[in-house]
Amino acid sequence: MARIDLDLAHSYKPNPKEDGDYALLPLKMSFVDGGAYALLGPSGCGKTTMLNIMSGLLVPSHGTVKFDGKDVTRATPQERNIAQVFQFPVIYDTMTVAENLAFPLKNRKVPEAQIKQRVGQIAEMLEMSHQLNLRAAGLAADQKQKISLGRGLVRPDVSAVLFDEPLTVIDPHLKWQLRRKLKQIHHELKLTLIYVTHDQVEALTFAEQVVVMTRGKAVQVGPAEALFERPAHTFVGHFIGSPGMNFLPVQMGASGLRIGDQALPATTRTLPMGDLKLGIRPEYLAIAAADDPNALPATVTQVQDIGTYILVNCRAGEHVMKVRLAPDAVVPAPGDAVRLQVLGEHTCFYKNEELVA
Amino acid sequence: MQLTLEGISKKVGAETWLHDMSLAPHPGAVTVLLGATQAGKTSLMRIMAGLDTPSAGKVGVDGKDVTGVPVRERNVAMVYQQFINYPSMSVADNIASPLKLRGEKGVAERVRELASKLHIEMFLDRLPAALSGGQQQRVALARALAKNAPLMLLDEPLVNLDYKLREELREELTQLFASGDSTVVYATTEPAEALLLGGYTAVLDAGELLQYGPTAEVFHAPASIRVARAFSDPPMNLIAGEAMSVGVQMNAGPALQIPLPPAASRALTLGVRASALRVYARPGDVALPGKVELAEISGSDTFVHVSTAVGELVAQLTGVHDFALGAAITLHLNPTQVYVFDQGGRLLVAPTRTGGPR
Amino acid sequence: MNKPVNQKAWFLILPVFICVAFSAIVPLMTVVNYSVQDIISPERRVFVGTEWFASVMRDEDLHAALWNQLRFSLAVLAVEIPLGIGLALAMPAQGWKSSATLVIIALSLLIPWNVVGTIWQIFGRADIGLMGATLEKLGIEYSYTGNATQAWLTVLLMDVWHWTPLVALLCYAGLRSIPDAYYQAARIDGASKLAVFRYIQLPKMRGVLMIAVLLRFMDSFMIYTEPFVLTGGGPGNATTFLSQYLTQKAVGQFDLGPAAAFSLIYFLIILLFCFVLYNWMQRVGTADKEGVAE
Repeated sequence: MARIDLDLAHSYKPNPKEDGDYALLPLKMSFVDGGAYALLGPSGCGKTTMLNIMSGLLVPSHGTVKFDGKDVTRATPQERNIAQVFQFPVIYDTMTVAENLAFPLKNRKVPEAQIKQRVGQIAEMLEMSHQLNLRAAGLAADQKQKISLGRGLVRPDVSAVLFDEPLTVIDPHLKWQLRRKLKQIHHELKLTLIYVTHDQVEALTFAEQVVVMTRGKAVQVGPAEALFERPAHTFVGHFIGSPGMNFLPVQMGASGLRIGDQALPATTRTLPMGDLKLGIRPEYLAIAAADDPNALPATVTQVQDIGTYILVNCRAGEHVMKVRLAPDAVVPAPGDAVRLQVLGEHTCFYKNEELVA
Repeated sequence: MQLTLEGISKKVGAETWLHDMSLAPHPGAVTVLLGATQAGKTSLMRIMAGLDTPSAGKVGVDGKDVTGVPVRERNVAMVYQQFINYPSMSVADNIASPLKLRGEKGVAERVRELASKLHIEMFLDRLPAALSGGQQQRVALARALAKNAPLMLLDEPLVNLDYKLREELREELTQLFASGDSTVVYATTEPAEALLLGGYTAVLDAGELLQYGPTAEVFHAPASIRVARAFSDPPMNLIAGEAMSVGVQMNAGPALQIPLPPAASRALTLGVRASALRVYARPGDVALPGKVELAEISGSDTFVHVSTAVGELVAQLTGVHDFALGAAITLHLNPTQVYVFDQGGRLLVAPTRTGGPR
Repeated sequence: MNKPVNQKAWFLILPVFICVAFSAIVPLMTVVNYSVQDIISPERRVFVGTEWFASVMRDEDLHAALWNQLRFSLAVLAVEIPLGIGLALAMPAQGWKSSATLVIIALSLLIPWNVVGTIWQIFGRADIGLMGATLEKLGIEYSYTGNATQAWLTVLLMDVWHWTPLVALLCYAGLRSIPDAYYQAARIDGASKLAVFRYIQLPKMRGVLMIAVLLRFMDSFMIYTEPFVLTGGGPGNATTFLSQYLTQKAVGQFDLGPAAAFSLIYFLIILLFCFVLYNWMQRVGTADKEGVAE
């Protein structure tokens, strides 16, 4: 278990000059010992680069990586004592499950009896005790991933376990079980776990703190609640939540807030002047009474039954807004004229993509 | 075009990949093939396309038997998981290829129109390898649309894309499908995707066709436990119980007043969707006390795993709730929201639905 | 998978079918014909059934040639396969260096086989040959025309020089197909280079190694040109391998009957070896995939 401190930037070009040249823009981040973190972002945002720098498979072009205060920027993965689980299961085909799990310990010349005990313990935790003598190559994808995970956990002094989109090849109903298993393992072993994914459900359910990244930059770090309620950047509002946040361009003038030519009621929040973006999540966008003068008029374009909720698509002028309703709510029909209450305590305001109120 | 599959089955060596099934996808609409990996979705699609012949049964198009007809002679467009494009041709040439093969005029105009529909008009001169995954898949989709075939097959086309990209493309696809009049068959492993696409859903499991109908109907009234299991995300809670005079007695739990049909067997299984469980009580609810095993927060919802006397249950609660591990918790359930399955796994009672789209 | 059948395709392959029949099947039938007849003169032919086969099996010279050949083929495999794997591991993986190395290594594969024999003829000469002269200077008595063992070893060395690059190229292709994640995982697990070779590279090269072993075995079992040019089969019959023996019998002594009989036996021996080898390697491969419990 270790505390990881990053103070670095990474570029694949020798002399980076502008932002686009960097794979990872300069950042400073700390991962507390025993914490569960997720690096969340779309493809190409730099999360795998960051993970590989932490594991030692990649050396950052600028800056340092410290484990428990010690500089390990140029240390190998072996020296850092980390474990990594990859996107597709990586197992040694010729070995049995038990031999696979024992491999890292054998390489470290741990005594035989200790290896057996530790392998048994980890197999028990992963619910694979009855499969220890089967050939690893013949198992299903999720069990192979468990073996990959087990190889990382089997070392008692592992400093951190890093996951690179490990559930990509797993079926949806097995993903549940594996996610739960990961959380249980975190609870039992109290290891530092860092999880890279583009799936927000995985990130938010797994991590205590989520790092949201886009285009090489970490735009917000915080717990699931903060990311959901108060996204610090419009990208976070858009990326987190299914569907993402609704955005409306508004203007703050001397006379108050306006959307296009409609005035909105006064708000107690202090807002800067000029063009702003109003963000409100579909979960919090309410359908107001039909004659409410303070609400935005809109027309319902589509209503979808998504099983656990109802999704209503509305059109307000040229803007599309989505509303999420409970399955037993009263729902309008396509074509109905409705009014949307866009202002509330969950509404966020953005200027230049950054949160201002 | 009306595609009909009658008594189709597929055996390869000693294995049966598809058990005897009949399916007639609704013409002009989207049919979703939902099932886990290896459930037989790809095998079924290949038979629909004409890439494989079934071991038994007939394939018909608009009443005509086309079982042995090779795919070249059938008018079918197919999109794969792996972003398949002609690697040495530019994007524009890729999209134009089916049009050129048919010898159509006005190819350039049509290519531009399709490219702008899929937001790739700025990449027309590039090679597919220079594009990102999502863009490559859009090229494949544009090519499939250019063919304008009456049958369009998509085999998990979004599975190799990012979560958010998947959401965006899925929305665009829904609009594209709605504006065209081809019959679309879309294979996926995710129940959420089936629900978002709408249309009709065919649930496959281990090579068997379990149910086919309008998506919302299949979701709210699964014909058997297997369908309910395949079409649930998060997984449905299953509780064993016994039939009684006034309703169902849960094994080791409270009794529920549910009117049962007269032919119900004694041993029953109750199915409760995670979203049907609540932490606050409403009139008519039954209480299930238990202990919190795990709480997962996913932004707008919290999933709580609770161990109760009737077994382990998963509840989906809206909003963010903080639960300490091991804390005592009581889940509340309204008997009208319970599915009852009989001994053979068949559906006896489905929850009544209030609200919902009209 | 059953693909819908297109009958028109049969007509397209008819020309090829006729060519193959003319150049391969008809001559093969002719050989079978000769193997069951005693051709005393072009007009007088007697049907002798399996007599030639029996006499061929009893032939002492044939047994000697067969053992010689087997020893040679096994030696070839024992040297070329590990050496080829070693070369493949040492070759650079990407960039211009890898292309350059590939070209240089492949050069020996491009040389016509009789030229290979001629090259080594000169190479081994004590007066003007590089190898011969060097060995002479080192005080080693070397003569591939006089010493039977040295001749045999020279032929082996020549084959290794000629054909190891093929094994190396096949193994190189196999190595390139291993995803990087395996190497990364091995680094993280602290595996030594030897462990990486044993547990990752070798198992993943199984497919190409199978091809390499089959190809080298078949080719070396039928070897003719190179040793014939180099040593002519001598000294004595130290380097007379099976195909040369066969040619001597058929062309030299004009014993068509026994030669034809032996050709068929030769053909069947190769087929048998390949079948056994292939099945064994397939079975080892599938056992892995099915998760057979140990």
